Amino acid sequence: MTATRLKPVDVVTVGVGVSGTILGKELTDAGLQVVGLERGAPRDTHPDFDMPGIHDELKYSRRFELMQDLSRETLSFRNAPGETALPMRQLGSFLPGEGVGGAGVHWNGQTWRFLPWDFETRSRSIARYGKDALAADCTSQDWGVSYADLEAHYDRFEQVYGIGGRAGNLHGEIRPGGNPFEGPRSRDYPNPPMQDSYATALFAQASTALGYHSFPMPSANMTRGYTNPYGQTLGPCVYCGYCERFGCEMGAKASPQTAVLPALLASPRYQLRTRANVLRVNLDSQRKRAVSVSYVDARGREFEQPAEIVLLTSYVFGNVRHLLLAGIGRPYDPVANQGVVGRNYAYQCISGVTAFFEDKAFNPFMGAGALGQVVDEFNGDNFDHSGLGFVGGGFIACSSTGTRPIESHPVPPGTPRWGGAWKKAVAHYSGRSLGIVAHGAVQSYRTNYLDIDPTYRDACGLPLLRMTFDFHDNERRMSEYLTARAEAIARALAPSAVSAAARSGRYSIVPYQSTHNTGGAVMGADPATSAVNPYLQSWDVPNVFVVGASAFPQNAGYNPTGTVGALSYRVADAIRERYLQRPGPIAG
Amino acid sequence: MDLSSSRRNFLKAVTALGAAGLPPADADAPPPASASAPAAGSGTALMHPAHHGAHRGAVPGEAEAFQCLTGPEAAFVEAAIGVLIPADELGPGAREAGVATFIDRQLAGAFGTAARTYRLGPWPEGTPEQGFQSRLTPREIYRAGIAESDAYCRTHYGRGFDALEALQREEVLKGLEAGSIALESVAAPLFFSLLLANTQEGFFADPMYGGNRDKAGWRLAGFPGVAAAYVDEIGKHNVPYRVEPVSIGDVQQGRAPVDAHGHALHTRLDKRS
Ligand SMILES: Cc1cc2nc3c(=O)[nH]c(=O)nc-3n(C[C@H](O)[C@H](O)[C@H](O)COP(=O)(O)OP(=O)(O)OC[C@H]3O[C@@H](n4cnc5c(N)ncnc54)[C@H](O)[C@@H]3O)c2cc1C
Repeated sequence: MTATRLKPVDVVTVGVGVSGTILGKELTDAGLQVVGLERGAPRDTHPDFDMPGIHDELKYSRRFELMQDLSRETLSFRNAPGETALPMRQLGSFLPGEGVGGAGVHWNGQTWRFLPWDFETRSRSIARYGKDALAADCTSQDWGVSYADLEAHYDRFEQVYGIGGRAGNLHGEIRPGGNPFEGPRSRDYPNPPMQDSYATALFAQASTALGYHSFPMPSANMTRGYTNPYGQTLGPCVYCGYCERFGCEMGAKASPQTAVLPALLASPRYQLRTRANVLRVNLDSQRKRAVSVSYVDARGREFEQPAEIVLLTSYVFGNVRHLLLAGIGRPYDPVANQGVVGRNYAYQCISGVTAFFEDKAFNPFMGAGALGQVVDEFNGDNFDHSGLGFVGGGFIACSSTGTRPIESHPVPPGTPRWGGAWKKAVAHYSGRSLGIVAHGAVQSYRTNYLDIDPTYRDACGLPLLRMTFDFHDNERRMSEYLTARAEAIARALAPSAVSAAARSGRYSIVPYQSTHNTGGAVMGADPATSAVNPYLQSWDVPNVFVVGASAFPQNAGYNPTGTVGALSYRVADAIRERYLQRPGPIAG
Repeated sequence: MDLSSSRRNFLKAVTALGAAGLPPADADAPPPASASAPAAGSGTALMHPAHHGAHRGAVPGEAEAFQCLTGPEAAFVEAAIGVLIPADELGPGAREAGVATFIDRQLAGAFGTAARTYRLGPWPEGTPEQGFQSRLTPREIYRAGIAESDAYCRTHYGRGFDALEALQREEVLKGLEAGSIALESVAAPLFFSLLLANTQEGFFADPMYGGNRDKAGWRLAGFPGVAAAYVDEIGKHNVPYRVEPVSIGDVQQGRAPVDAHGHALHTRLDKRS
């Protein structure tokens, strides 16, 4: 097929989600011409998320209306290198976005800064626990940036996304009611925390009685009307409970649509092209420079869009796949433990505890995606791991994200899966249970990586990305430990029954766990072990920046998007203040 | 509440809206592509509202006619869902709640034809961790799963599934769930888990999909359906919020009042406020 060559622009973003919109906004503000290419459809608060249609559990939560259409593109999966990867034919474990706003449309809004320790996992584990602190095949490493390097970028993202919370550490001073373990902040959250539900209030009481410091989950669900630095006004959240997997009818959940896009689309220097599926990044003959990207539009026409800077903002899987297909950077070889692209794919290791009561009314359908109370005593290196046999940890939280009955009808352990007894238990315990989650980290390993599948192809004929991933003993032990702590908090509430299940056995792609996929194009100070430098710039092709959680060298015990936002601002600053002055590799 | 009378009211409301609320049809609109397609009847009605619309009476049950399930398949599904979620003193079961209609509609549409499923081969079975790998669409899984389960019942009990005693039905469903009954075209546990998932979906999904009739599933679980603004309720701890559930259709068709943002103004069933 002959591609139509388009007029060159300064910047093209592959994908228009959380990171793509922030970079579009910052770089058009810097005077650059930016084109955003998005494979999915345009969509906005009105009319796409209007009442009452958006309150449809079947359509959005079960049939994944807003997420990636796997009939066009998916990835393949296997647990271990010796096995044959098979395509993920249905969505399950994670739910990548598709369409303007990406997964930022249907996220919950739990918005974290990682701990200072998270950025120095390897060096600080070894310093505290000795050279054998990490398993022999563990490839977790330092990020090449510190928390202090990112603080201003975290702050910027929190201001733009209107995060509500309570500071636990302001300029090094520990504040009551916040997270005492967090890194120092230069200022408080722009908005106050959310109201507590009955469940989160009980969790806070019980964990305080156990000596923990419970604090409100940092939330991108607006706790009051808010106007952000881009002049976008977001309405207050009404706690309707339709956040996770839904768009927000109130425009009250910070997202590309509510926080960034109206300001971005108003810029004469920005052009959004939807239903534009990027096929590949094209390099010059020396393979040292990206010259353009090729994409296919809704009518099947192929276009070539030349650009001075190519930003991969197509989520973890798109980013890594485009690097591999274009041959940017050396693909990872797990046998030799060499090469970088696809290396250090990681995930989240989440487990849950449910407590059942006879005499309480939780009204669990009320809530908001980031309404929760959290204890961070068992995250990162906030506790002594001596003799525990694992590094890392995770937060423990009780959230009232809003539940709906197809997905959520918890029944006590021992209840049959169907029939009259099941029905009675559903009737009795609906509204009489609360859940506590242990949100564990995942370290990186030689045998967990992304590469190109040898067999399966997408609807455009391009090979699928292949994921090889499993939990390791470190994660299983961590999950045991965290789940036991979560269970102790639940038991302190004197429930009539408790179900608790640590993550054990092999990772399965079937049950939903989280859309917190990380790594594959990790950042670092050493080109031998990272695909991008500490500015998320490709070591090999310096006019390509690879933005997103693909840059995390391993995953922390938090949700990723706060850090994805911070890294996006870091890239914007680096391009504006350093790259434009002197196009080429950005030094230290 | 009397189930059948509420159903009649529902149909009346829909019909009234159909007559009054439809825009006039475009006279130049081309006729439906296939005159013999089942859709042709309704297409004609739409094109000649003056002839049909004004005097059109509700035909009870019309909307529940099966699009996809054959007679024997419908009988199997009705019998199975009645075991999975039985009617009892707590209220209607899946069967009474119209879940067979729900399943039929789902199988007839995008879900049934696996529209958003990756469907290129090869098709090795894979490990449980690798998830769904069947070559069949959900519609085909039902088709094969029902026929082959029925054949099993005839061999072992001398009768089809829908003619079995209650305990025998339970036995067969347990056998499918555990895989102790082997089917030829599809793994029995896969067929069973699809049937169970769809049954629960139909029981709890918005009634516009054909199940959850009279919001039986929502009443059972105390679920309000379309949400209200709970900003002043979330802080009332340990106070049950029991309301008459509201569906999407209730709001779209003006049966339920809403606030300025379109959130339902619920009618409380408990006496507190
Ligand atoms: C149900 C759910 C709940 C979540 N809750 C939370 C939470 O509470 N807290 C949190 O921190 N995170 C949460 N997340 C994760 C969060 O949504 C992501 O971290 C975030 O959206 C990532 O931003 P991104 O820019 O990397 O990708 P996205 O926002 O997904 O944007 C990527 C875009 O690239 C497009 N794209 C991909 N490939 C191509 C191509 N070839 N051509 C053109 N376009 C392409 C995609 O269509 C997509 O629109 C949640 C996710 C889900 C699904």
